[in-house]
This record gives sequence, structure tokens and C-alpha cells, in this order.
Amino acid sequence: MLWNIPFIAMVAITLIGLAIVLFKRNLIKIFLGINIFEAAVNLFLITLGYREGGIAPIYTNAPSQEMVMATPQALTLTSIVIGVATSALLLSFAIIIWKKYGTIETDKIRRLKE
Amino acid sequence: MDIFTTLSTGSGYWNPLAWLGGFLVITVIVWLIWSRGEKSYKKGTAQTAPYLSGNAEPAKGDVHIRAGNLYWGYTEALKGYYSRIVPIHTGILNDYVMWYLGVTALLIIVVVIFA
Amino acid sequence: MIPGFITQNSPALLIMVPLIAAFLCPFIGKISAAARNIWAVGAMALTSAIAFLLAFDVYSAGTRVYVFGASAINLAVPLDSGGIPIRIIFTVDAMSALMQIIAATVGFAVILYSVSSERSHSGIESYYTLYLLMIAGVMGMVSTGDLFNFFVFLEILSISSAALIAYRIDKGTAVEAALKYFVLSTIGAMVILIAIGIYYGEYNALNIAVIASRMQFTLLDQIALVLVMAALAMKCGSVPMHFWTPDAYSMAPASITAMLVVASQASLYGLFRVLFTLYNVTMNAATVGWIIITLGVLSMVIGVTMAIPQKDVKRLMAYHAVSQTGYMLLGVGVGLAVLGNQSLMDAFGYMAMEGGIFHIVNHAMYKGLLFLTAGAIFLRIGTRNLNKMGGLGHNMKYTMIFFIIGALAIAGIPPFNGFASKLMIYESVFAFNPILSIIAMVVSILTLASFVKVFHSIFMGPKLPEYENVKEAPAPMLIGMAILACIVIAFGLFPQQVVDTLIVPAAHALVNQGAYISAVLGGA
Repeated sequence: MLWNIPFIAMVAITLIGLAIVLFKRNLIKIFLGINIFEAAVNLFLITLGYREGGIAPIYTNAPSQEMVMATPQALTLTSIVIGVATSALLLSFAIIIWKKYGTIETDKIRRLKE
Repeated sequence: MDIFTTLSTGSGYWNPLAWLGGFLVITVIVWLIWSRGEKSYKKGTAQTAPYLSGNAEPAKGDVHIRAGNLYWGYTEALKGYYSRIVPIHTGILNDYVMWYLGVTALLIIVVVIFA
Repeated sequence: MIPGFITQNSPALLIMVPLIAAFLCPFIGKISAAARNIWAVGAMALTSAIAFLLAFDVYSAGTRVYVFGASAINLAVPLDSGGIPIRIIFTVDAMSALMQIIAATVGFAVILYSVSSERSHSGIESYYTLYLLMIAGVMGMVSTGDLFNFFVFLEILSISSAALIAYRIDKGTAVEAALKYFVLSTIGAMVILIAIGIYYGEYNALNIAVIASRMQFTLLDQIALVLVMAALAMKCGSVPMHFWTPDAYSMAPASITAMLVVASQASLYGLFRVLFTLYNVTMNAATVGWIIITLGVLSMVIGVTMAIPQKDVKRLMAYHAVSQTGYMLLGVGVGLAVLGNQSLMDAFGYMAMEGGIFHIVNHAMYKGLLFLTAGAIFLRIGTRNLNKMGGLGHNMKYTMIFFIIGALAIAGIPPFNGFASKLMIYESVFAFNPILSIIAMVVSILTLASFVKVFHSIFMGPKLPEYENVKEAPAPMLIGMAILACIVIAFGLFPQQVVDTLIVPAAHALVNQGAYISAVLGGA
């Protein structure tokens, strides 16, 4: 059961992140919710990459044991980088919205509707 | 490759070039009829002025029927439908996300039950 | 004539050229505006040329597999890896090639148009950089044979499109539209990443062919299927997840909207790729097919009915884009619903899929054309409000002709291309379920009704005093529109040739999962 804890944590963090996106009206909080969701996905990927007893795939002076394929770690790094770009763009949108609308509440940012 | 192949649609067919040929023939007939019409029409005289029961012609901007007045009857007839469907497009970000996640949840249920 | 080096590496060059050109664009922009324009148009022309070269190659010689960093370019499984394809791989089959052709054509027409439509704006270096990144994203999404790469290109595409939607801040409304689009895209992409993680956890692979060959359709696979399906259906703007579409399409610059249509269709391609290549008959195809059909019918009906009362010309066209996406989902969904039943597939399944895929091509052309005409009108009179327009047909004759071509094509009036693909959809769907076919026809009539309204209120009527001296759109914009208009007419006049050479191989490439797997894994 113990090795399922990361997956349970991932589901819990996902739900927290999505609940924030759904129920909070403040843009910054929504962005934080997205970031929490991204953290959950990264946790999921990195958990998938764990192999018991495996060693890092560094060939220099490596002991002759099973090596771990580094794909999930590479995916996680890529996903973190994309997450940074996403957050930066979202926050820059929030700045402009604040300047032009004077609010960052989603129920007031609705000039485009119907 | 034969240029004059016909698009077969399983149960029917469609040949645009034959259609175009028919269209041209009809155009020629229409032109023939039109060319036999009255030729004494003069531009720039009272013949081209709109006749509005003897009233003066209103300004050009007032004559044009604007988009907002078109299909008034259509939207009026379907008022019951539009008064429900239009307010769903709230423009609130949270609602957009709610619809997306809701559909995802619904589809998971459907796909898993019917698997 | 063409060096073997280029033909051999064309899948890599297809991504490399726009990426490098994009990041050099700001530096070239320091030299002069003309140099930057030539650079951007040249890069796009080169990308289009490579795309056409690759597509020609794929259509004549079959699926191309390109493995980055391998000892031989098509060696998907390294000899010492024990049967696991570990490298980044591009798998370009007929369907991918078709999407590349669409992106290359529309991309080239749009960049010609942008040269004059964006001339009076600031920050054009970033505009071209983001535009070329968008091209790289679309090209990567449709060529990749690896799920994680698909996610990366999807994110490149979303980030660059979101930035371009917000590019004209427009008192903040454009940023609002971009914000909504981007929040939904980010969540959708993260959900796709979860699904990719599930696949990796189950099958220890990211390669589409490997996952497809090992597919079991367990409970986890079912959940992953829905996660990917819902996210990509949201990205292509199907009802009831279409809310971002009218916002983003109406607020983006017209040239970008034309590319956003292509971007949505790249998502549609991803959806079909996952459904047909990854799952194919292992899933309950009838259920999933009916889900796709339901989404399609909802999109068609709600899209067109929401379009009719709109006041903003681009918002109206955006709702029509939602509605037309419904046709593609309907056609391909019918093919999916009868997948696995060879006699029904032969009777109408293939025809429905061909109709749906043909409609993707046609839609990209005429919708791009319509958005470009809307952009030309906006450039000249400075408003998108239909209530303030009128009588522009006197001064903008060529724009009016292009608009008529696009409007008749979208409404499915012969002899334009929309009619050919809609006819294929109607007749094959009628054999499947007559009610669906009738709904499709009614939607087409409503589309015509709505474009009659747009045409009347923009172009007809007497010359309005405020638009007395409106000039025709500048020549590069007209050339961009003319390219798309010529394709609309050509595809309408010779539909059977297009279907035989482009569409049928694409539809069969989608359905034939075994051929895709064996192209990558070699006879497996």
C-alpha cells in the first residue's frame, strides 16, 4: 500500500488544483491552482519513473546493477520548463487585465460574452 | 487522369463541370432575354431616382437596412430557445473550465459503462 | 534537382526552418523592416516548399519514418535496445501529409497577407517570431510519432497562439480572450500529460506505434482515452466546450484567426490520430463513435444558431467555425461508429470519413478566406460591428468577390468546394442514420441564411456617407486571399481528383492501424 501514496497524493493535489480553478474568482489564485495542478502532474510522472533498486543511468564508474531509463525524469524537466513559460504568460496577461479593466475578478472580466 | 471524372458519393454522384456547363447555358439564355429588354434607360435622370410615393429621398444612411434588423422574426420565433442558450455563454472563465471538466467527467462515465 | 540531403531530412527541416527563422527574426528586424519581412516570408515559403516536398514523397512512396539521432534515419528500434524504440521519432503518413499541406498553404497565404495588414502596428518582430513558432507547433503536432512530443508541440502552439491572440491589446479585450483560451489550453494540455503518463506507466513507451501494438483497453486506458479525447475536442472547439472559440477568434488579428482555424484542425488531427491509430478496434468503437457524432451534431446546431444573431462579423464567423467543425466530427464519427465492420465500412464508413477529412481541407481554405476578408474590411473601416457597416461593395469590389466565394463555399453552394465535401457527408451519413443527415442539411441552410445577412449588411445598400472614400484592400492582402480563393474554386471544380489523390490515402492511413505500426516497428 505504501507505494501507492504518491499516486493518492497526486489525485488529491489534482483535485485541490482543479477546485481552486473552478471556485476561486481571483485570477492570481486561478493561476496558482493551475500551478498546483502542474505540480500534481509532475509528481505523477516522476513517480512512474521510480524503479526499486535501480541506479541512475550514469555510465562512468557505474556498479553493474539495473539502470533506470531516464525518460520520465526528462519528461518532468520538460514539463517544468513549459510550466514556467505558461505561468509567465498568464501573469503578464493578468498585469494587462489589471491595467485595462482595473480588476482581476473573473466575474468582472466578461466583456466578451454571448 | 481524366479531368471529367465524376465525384461518386457512394449512393449518388456529382459532376461540377457538367453543372457549370448547364449554368453557362442558362446564363446565355438569361442574357438573351435581358438583351431584348427596354434600351431607352438613361442614367442620371429622374428615371434612376427611387420613387417613394412622391416624398423626398431620405439620406443614404437611413435607407440601408442594418444587420440588427435582419432576421428579427427568426429570433423572435425562436425566443424560447435563444433565451436559454444565449445566457449559457456567460463569459466567466470559471464556467468555461466547469463545462470542460464536466464534459470530461460525463464522458468517463459513458465510456467506462459501455466498455 | 533537389539535393538528396533535403529529401532525406525533410521531416526534421520542416520543424527546424521555422524554429530557427523564428528566433533570428528579432535580430533581422534590427537591420530593417523590409529585411525582416523578406526573412519571414522567405522562411515561410521555404517551410511550405519542404512540406510539399515531404507530402509528395509520402503520397508517392508511403509512410516516412524519421528517427532523430539514429544511425540510419528510419531505424526506429535500435539494434541493441532489446526492441524498445527510445529515440524521438517522426512518423509522417498520408493523413499527416494532408495536414502539412493545409498548414503550408494557409500559412503562406496568411504571411503574405500579414505583410500589409500588420504594417502599421508595432512589435512586428515578435509577431513574426510567434507566427513562425505557431507554424512549427502545427507541423510538429501533425508529424510526430511520439506522444510526449505531441504534448510539447501542443504547448508550443498554445503559447504562441495565446500571445498572438493578445497581440492587439484592444483596450484589454484581446487579452481577456487570450486569457480564457490559454487557461483552458493549459488545463487541457496538463490533462493530456496525465493520460500520457498513464500510457507510459502501463506500456513503458511513448511511441504511438508501440503503445498501439500493446493496447489492452483496460480501465486505465479507457480513462486515458477520455482525458485525451475531451481535451482535444475542447481544443478544436466542439460544443459544449466551445466557449473560448468565439472570444479568441474574434479578438485575434484576422491573419492569426485564419491560422487558429488550422491550429484547431491540428487538434482535430490529434483526436483522430488517438482514436484511430492508438485505439482503433480495441476500444468500444460504436460508443466512442456515437460520442463523437453527438459532439458533432451539438456543434453544428448550436454553432449555427448562435451565429445568426451575432453583431460582430468575426464573432459570427467564429461560431460558424464551431458549426463546420461539427461536420468533420460527424463524418469521421460515423466512420468510427462502424469501424471493424468491413461491409458497413465499405458501404458508407469510408465515404463518411473521406467527406469529413475533405471538409477539414475545404474548411481551412474557405474559413481562412472569410476571416481574411473580414480583416481587410476591419483594416479599411476600423469596426467589426455589422450594424455600422453598409455599401462597401461599391469600393471594395475584389474583397466582395472573395467574400462571395468564401460564403457560398461555407454554405455548400455548388460549384465550390464546401458543396463537394458536404454532399459526401450527407449521402454517407444518410445511409447510417437519416436524421443526422437531415440535421446537417438544415444547418447548411441556416449557414446560408446567416451569410446572406452578413453579405447584405456589409456590401449591399447605397454608399454610406461615412465610407465615401474607403479604398480597396492593399495588393499583398488581396494576393493572400486570391491564393485561398483559387484553391476553393479548384477543389470545387475537380473534387474527384482531390479525393482520389489526397483524401482517400489519408482516410485509409487513419483506419489502417496495422500499416502504421509496421511502418515504425517493421513488420511486427
